[in-house]
Amino acid sequence: MPLLSVENLRTYFYTDNGLARAVDGVSFEIGAGETVGLVGESGCGKSVTALSLLRLVRPPGRIEPGSRIVFDGADLTTLDEKSMRAIRGARISMVFQEPMTALNPVFTIGDQVAEVVRVHRAGSKREAWARAVEMLETVGIPSPAQRAHEYPHQLSGGMRQRVVIAMALIMSPALVIADEPTTALDVTIQAQILELLRELQQRLGTSILLITHDLGVVAEAVSRVIVMYGGEIVEEAPVRELFAQAHHPYTEGLLHAMPQVGQERERLATIPGTVPPPTAWPKGCRFHDRCPYAWERCATEHPPLYQIGAGHVSRCHLADEPDRRADKHEPLVVTETGERSASR
Amino acid sequence: MNNEPRTIPVLTQLARHRSARWGLGVIAVLVIAALVGPLLSSYGCVEQLDIVNLKNAPPSWSHPFGTDQYSRDVLTRVLCGARISLAVATLAVLLSTTLGTAYGLVAGYAGGNVDHTMMRILDGFLSIPRVLLLIAVLTLWHPVPLAGLIVLLGVTGWFNVSRLVRAETMSARKLEYVAAARALGATDGRILWRHLLPNVAGPVIVAATLAVGNVIALEAGLSYLGVGAPAPTASWGSIFFEGVEFFAGNWWVVLFPGIAIVATVLAFNVLGDALRDVLDPRQLHASVPLPERMTLEQPSA
Amino acid sequence: MQSLIVVLIVTTISFFVIRSAPGDPFSYESSLITPAVRDRWRAQFGYDRPLPEQFIRYVASAAHGQFGYSFHMHEAVSDALAQAVPRTLLLAGVSLGLSFVLGLAIGVVQAVRRDSWFDRASSGVLLFFYSLPDFWGALMALLVFAYWWPILPAGNIVDPVLHDYMGAWGAFVDRARHLVLPAASLTLLTMAGISRFQRAAMLDVLPSDFIRTARAGGVPARRIIWRHALRTALTPMITMLGLLLPALLGGALFIEKVFAWPGMGLLAANAINARDYDLVTATVVVGSVMVVIGSLLADLLHYAVDPRIRE
Repeated sequence: MPLLSVENLRTYFYTDNGLARAVDGVSFEIGAGETVGLVGESGCGKSVTALSLLRLVRPPGRIEPGSRIVFDGADLTTLDEKSMRAIRGARISMVFQEPMTALNPVFTIGDQVAEVVRVHRAGSKREAWARAVEMLETVGIPSPAQRAHEYPHQLSGGMRQRVVIAMALIMSPALVIADEPTTALDVTIQAQILELLRELQQRLGTSILLITHDLGVVAEAVSRVIVMYGGEIVEEAPVRELFAQAHHPYTEGLLHAMPQVGQERERLATIPGTVPPPTAWPKGCRFHDRCPYAWERCATEHPPLYQIGAGHVSRCHLADEPDRRADKHEPLVVTETGERSASR
Repeated sequence: MNNEPRTIPVLTQLARHRSARWGLGVIAVLVIAALVGPLLSSYGCVEQLDIVNLKNAPPSWSHPFGTDQYSRDVLTRVLCGARISLAVATLAVLLSTTLGTAYGLVAGYAGGNVDHTMMRILDGFLSIPRVLLLIAVLTLWHPVPLAGLIVLLGVTGWFNVSRLVRAETMSARKLEYVAAARALGATDGRILWRHLLPNVAGPVIVAATLAVGNVIALEAGLSYLGVGAPAPTASWGSIFFEGVEFFAGNWWVVLFPGIAIVATVLAFNVLGDALRDVLDPRQLHASVPLPERMTLEQPSA
Repeated sequence: MQSLIVVLIVTTISFFVIRSAPGDPFSYESSLITPAVRDRWRAQFGYDRPLPEQFIRYVASAAHGQFGYSFHMHEAVSDALAQAVPRTLLLAGVSLGLSFVLGLAIGVVQAVRRDSWFDRASSGVLLFFYSLPDFWGALMALLVFAYWWPILPAGNIVDPVLHDYMGAWGAFVDRARHLVLPAASLTLLTMAGISRFQRAAMLDVLPSDFIRTARAGGVPARRIIWRHALRTALTPMITMLGLLLPALLGGALFIEKVFAWPGMGLLAANAINARDYDLVTATVVVGSVMVVIGSLLADLLHYAVDPRIRE
């Protein structure tokens, strides 16, 4: 029994500009103790997916009926708010991207970490404080007993992110969702934070859903990767297989675009074109206008998730007609706009 | 398809804004009434019609707003008052906005000790309750002509604007394009005029609009105390002043100018609010419209 | 500290402005007073000296607590002020306290239930009150509650005739009754401004990241609003309060005139009419000092509420 099972999640935003299908039929599972990476560019729907899991999406967005999020036997989409609140922070918690603004500036960090405990009625003021100090030490904050009395503006970005992680883990949740936890930090701090997450995961047995646009981060930290594009999952595979044998052209493009030390190249490779707006997903395959292998079928027929191998799926017609892979050409968006492609 | 943000022109946004239309409408009516009204009326602004028979007449067909104790038609006086009150307020606010913007720009841009000193002086000015000072000056130099009144109102009203402008200037000053302009050899004056001023314009316009409403109310208050527009000039406040002794009996002398004042001030406030919404930089460049509701509860799906 | 400089500036400005006015305390017409008498008076009270010298003498005596003599009230200025200032403080204090509490609460509820019927209705009503000229609202209130439907006294601070004969409880009630209308008028106006501002401040804070963090941690909505959002929105509120003080005093002045409340405002108005220079100067200075003290208090509050300012 997986810890979390997402079935056909659709989160739509009803805006003045039209209906934005930010998450359009996403299904995946996370097992106990697993670390799963969710990868994609901005605008692909990964953050909204994360927010949907905790039902933190606000109007004009909402989770469409027909979506199911099964956590520990219960469907989160139909839960009442009170029970949902009991889950947030205690059974499933979340770490956000911006450590600089994630903490309330007028309360001490000790107070804020302890608050998670108190809000879930897991201890008195004193007990909560003690646990908070303990947690601060666990996440690697020096002199925790003193620093617990300090305010967020007295801490560096890396420290603040550690505090946020402490808040996320203090109730020993079963699942932690980390939404780009290191994007706003220096590379060296990045490594530290990732290391911390891995340590804590091993120690506490928590599952982690790591959301990022950085494939480098993914390679280090996760066991399985889900790639999103256009509000859908386009590929899913164990991490090693993804890097060795990516199937979907988008994943290929992402891997290709990663600069690597020791590689000789004149200019950085990019995927030409931009992500289409969620109010107007293209017909057929959503990536087809940027894809170097696309043919007529791709423009009209929306590909399902084809099974490629064990635990490896890809939403691409190439799975059905693999010979087409030999026919590489300039993507549609280049020929139409004259944009230069560096994918050769 | 690309995701470039749409910049919706300000006037279009303003026209869409529900309450802005209302405010603008009322103001337009007022301005027209002020310009044209007195010409249409068969009575003069200060004309005493028939002191014996028409004194203190309640509202009727020939005198929709009634007459006052000098048998002057109140409706006409209210219309004339519109001219005066609006003119006084607009001119005074123009003056105070100019002064305040200049002071604020200089202080914000110069920074350091200059700014510090200027701000201390400003604090001094700000601490004096405006009404008190105005009353004092207006009484001691009595009688003060209308032009003097305008100048005084302007000169006592620039402090808040300059604080606002200074704050905006200080944050705008740090922006990169200022450094870029300077690197290209622009003089300080040019930078102030061409780069910083447009940035500051938004909040200043909002403040000025709200200030007009304020000054109208202030002038009315001063006239009520007897120190505003000199009698028998009809400004809305002075109609009050002359009628207020009898007001328990002559309710129309107090009610109608009062309604006029309240409606005008309300309209300016509404307009100012709408302008503030429209000119908020976050709105101007939003590619995704801001959420309508800020509720914390998620409706259970 | 800097506030002293501010007070000094204020004193200078008010002094020079007032004394430069045409005429002087002795200009009033009366056939009984010959020019010679006038000159003697002027010399006696120092009004014939050049202005800067007058100023220095004034400051010197002020430093000793001597603010001059009030001609039309026949007592020392300091005495007159000592009576009037506490009364204004009472009125302004009560109004400020009430407006702050009410305005805060309303602003918060408006922000949280943005665009609900409550928000729209109360915003409209409050906008109306905000647009009322100070004295008009007071006049209307007077009209309604003291004449048409006479449940409250029409003016003054205590019943001029009966007060001395009431027992302790009666006297207290009497004072309270007389306080209601003026305080209510002043409160309504101030509260409107405060709630507008508070609403905006809350709307600014509610979308913040740290609010999202709290939500993700399972903190209930009520706690988020009243503890997290409000605390953070308090900082700009306190700034606003400091700026509000001069306007509050100005409003109190009108209210005092309408309700014949014998505080500083009324004192000043009468003094101005009587060309009682010393009293006027002193009133302006004291008024400004009150504002400055208020600002200082606001600064202290800032310090207490927001740890970022402590750095």
